[in-house]
Amino acid sequence: MTSTATTPVGADVRRRPTSPRLGASRRDASRWAAVGFAAPLLVYLVVFYAYPLWRNIELSIHDYTVRAFVQGDAEFVGFANYVEVFGSDTFPTALVNTAVFTFGSIIVQFVLGLALAVFFRANFRLSNLLRALFLVPWLLPLIVSASTWAWMLNSDNGIVNSVLVAFGGDRINWITSPETALLSVTVANIWLGIPFNLVILHSGLQNIPDDMYEAASLDGAGPWRQFWSITLPLLRPVSAITLLLGLIYTLKVVDVIWVMTAGGPAGATTTLAIWAYHEAFGTGIPAFSPAAAVGNLLIVIALIFGFVHLRLQHRQEASS
Amino acid sequence: MTAGRSTRRAWWKTVLGVLVTLAMLFPVYWMVNVSFTRTPDLRRRPPNWFPWDPTFDGYAAVLDQQLPALGTSLVLGLGCVALTLVVAAPAGYALALLNLRGGRSLNFLLLVAQMIPAVVMAMGFYAVYNSLGLLNTLWGLIIADSTIAVPFGVLLFTAFMAGIPRELLQAARVDGAGTWRTFISIVLPVSRNSMLTVSLFAFLWAWSDFIFASTLNRNGDLIPITLSIYNYIGNNTTQWNAIMATAVVASVPAAVLLVMAQRYVAAGVTAGAVKD
Repeated sequence: MTSTATTPVGADVRRRPTSPRLGASRRDASRWAAVGFAAPLLVYLVVFYAYPLWRNIELSIHDYTVRAFVQGDAEFVGFANYVEVFGSDTFPTALVNTAVFTFGSIIVQFVLGLALAVFFRANFRLSNLLRALFLVPWLLPLIVSASTWAWMLNSDNGIVNSVLVAFGGDRINWITSPETALLSVTVANIWLGIPFNLVILHSGLQNIPDDMYEAASLDGAGPWRQFWSITLPLLRPVSAITLLLGLIYTLKVVDVIWVMTAGGPAGATTTLAIWAYHEAFGTGIPAFSPAAAVGNLLIVIALIFGFVHLRLQHRQEASS
Repeated sequence: MTAGRSTRRAWWKTVLGVLVTLAMLFPVYWMVNVSFTRTPDLRRRPPNWFPWDPTFDGYAAVLDQQLPALGTSLVLGLGCVALTLVVAAPAGYALALLNLRGGRSLNFLLLVAQMIPAVVMAMGFYAVYNSLGLLNTLWGLIIADSTIAVPFGVLLFTAFMAGIPRELLQAARVDGAGTWRTFISIVLPVSRNSMLTVSLFAFLWAWSDFIFASTLNRNGDLIPITLSIYNYIGNNTTQWNAIMATAVVASVPAAVLLVMAQRYVAAGVTAGAVKD
């Protein structure tokens, strides 16, 4: 973003071309060249983003059955699908589950990620290698991690229950009982999100000058005090962005939950994203129209937080 | 602060760091452990903590049944990389160096595009592909998977290319190079690291994708490895050693990329979130 930041200098530079007329035609040519280079992206965005999204809106305001899908004669129903979704018993459950899963995930991910970032801030032997290894969960295909967690949490043969029993506890049906299923998928998702938080917060810490810590320790501030009065306040902009991005990513999670529980048992892990996936693709009889309505609702929620994120980032850029 | 004291503290930190990393990677270890466990031992209580008596049956099953799926995923990943680079690199050039009109709005659109849930895109693509006859085709899946990587790619290229020294481009122009020549022989070679980062992520995302594969390609003849694992879990709930062996094999690209290109990985994660 350097080009926009230096407008006063840029205005000077622009006068440089030798003859004004040549400069104008050249600028014209380069303007067309710019459009030419951006053309693949523009076409791509229209055909592969705008058009599917438009079809999705269209799905949500018609009554698409499988038959209507094939014949293309779905009946226009206006907002009936949305009314149906809002009035459904699943709606409040899905909303609460989404909130618990999302906020539970990002808060714990953030706290653990921050603790690790502070820990890895100082270089010690092997610190770079260990930090690199922390990226592994994030790089594995989600289906791999989700099925590994599913097996670890298996009621009869899972390692987690074995450890519990060894310490005198009782077996818990982690994934198959409605009380613990949401907790189980959230724990798996937290594990997946720690690397992302660690990397971003660690790079944010690099921007805090060392002499601030040195000055603080000369003033007699211990590590705990330094964390609260230097690290946390100075890291606030990066923290806000990390949390908001985490929120936007977590809202749309499907794979982990679907592979571990498929939204069950009895809807205990049905979030909005899982609900949409389940209606459209999860049953033998696809109900695309209500699914699209749920999906569009999800987009609205994601965009609200997205705009908050963009505003924050904008303000941060303006102040720096 | 004496040298002796700081080394002692560092030593203490290394031990703690190793312990924390081991705890974090325990699920990965468990996946590998289970993949070597004999089928009767899978039901043992407590389970074996280490595969003292390893079996390679799981891996034999992978070689026997999963090679086509692995090949499909490879083609899918490479196709996605190619499509992403072809679309994103020129667009980054236009946005960063050619003063594209409306560039700010385009940047904004790309940020918004990254926030759209994949499950919603999947439904839209399903409707579009249904009428175009692209369901269950590899091409259709490559295009759908690339929607994850293209906005990221454009933003990354734009951020990097904006930092290319203007003198370099000026010199090319003096030598008579047009915008196309400048792009091919100056901008692209200089942006090699960005191209690597974008390719790496485009490949990994396509390789790991489950949502698009399970919706747009579920009845295809060529299914990627993620969908194959999912189907396998559904059909063989007892063969967890084979499932985990497939999972280990499916994780190999991630491991290779981590070893070979760790700094590009970190660069990519940060580029998405924090702009310097």
